[in-house]
Amino acid sequence: MNVKFINPFLEGTVKVLKTMAFVEPRPGKPFLKKDSLARGDVSGIIGLTGSAKGSLALSFSEPCIVKIVSTMLGEDMKEINGDVKDAVGELTNMVSGVARKMLESEGYNILAAIPTVVSGKNHSIVHVLGGPSIIIPFETDSGPFFVDVCLNEVK
Amino acid sequence: MDKNMKILVVDDFATMRKVVRNLLKQVGYENIAEAEDGAIALRILKSQKVDFVISDWNMPNMNGLELLKAVRADGDLAKTPFLMVTAEALQENVIAAVKAGVSNYIVKPFTAEVLNEKIKKIVEKL
Repeated sequence: MNVKFINPFLEGTVKVLKTMAFVEPRPGKPFLKKDSLARGDVSGIIGLTGSAKGSLALSFSEPCIVKIVSTMLGEDMKEINGDVKDAVGELTNMVSGVARKMLESEGYNILAAIPTVVSGKNHSIVHVLGGPSIIIPFETDSGPFFVDVCLNEVK
Repeated sequence: MDKNMKILVVDDFATMRKVVRNLLKQVGYENIAEAEDGAIALRILKSQKVDFVISDWNMPNMNGLELLKAVRADGDLAKTPFLMVTAEALQENVIAAVKAGVSNYIVKPFTAEVLNEKIKKIVEKL
């Protein structure tokens, strides 16, 4: 995966969470992930195609996403429920949109599918390309979440 | 600005409808209806008085662009203010929306203040 793809997803994540949930996520050091295990308790996954192909996943720990969605909805969420899963899908969609807009200015025309959401301890994230992915870990005051991206340029 | 105007929020994600409703309430709009796709939105528009439409782009059955075109083609609905919400401000999509007669568009993510400014600018031009 081209490392220049990392920054748009990192910046997109920060922008979306700051704007929608007033959360200032703190990025950690990206690393290569070779298994298909999600690092969080609930994950949104979106397929990407066009001049780059692959998929993006956002994987949230339960306390983190519960706090985020509580703020977004102005309601007190207690656990991962239907609304929280819906929000995970939408957040994944938004991060994908911001990142794709940034990549468009670099000449990449990338379209996104409709996101799917999976949850439960030890659930899997299977990327479209099937290979290793890059994880960008984030910390928030309510717990961690992870951006998990696998994207290759189409030549 | 008429804070009593009826706003129709169209999005297939229930949570996003709640988020937009929450943002609208923060800036004083409480008269809000919802639809989960363009087809349902069009039925609501034909049966009730709606003063403003805020619609997502990507939806099943009838997407935001298709809804916009249907609204602009309907003699009774044609002048309805229409704000398109999109997660992807890709140039070709913006062009398509402008050609179809969108009042304006707003790119996710956005704050209540940005949403309010967009609504104000559209209403002031009416």
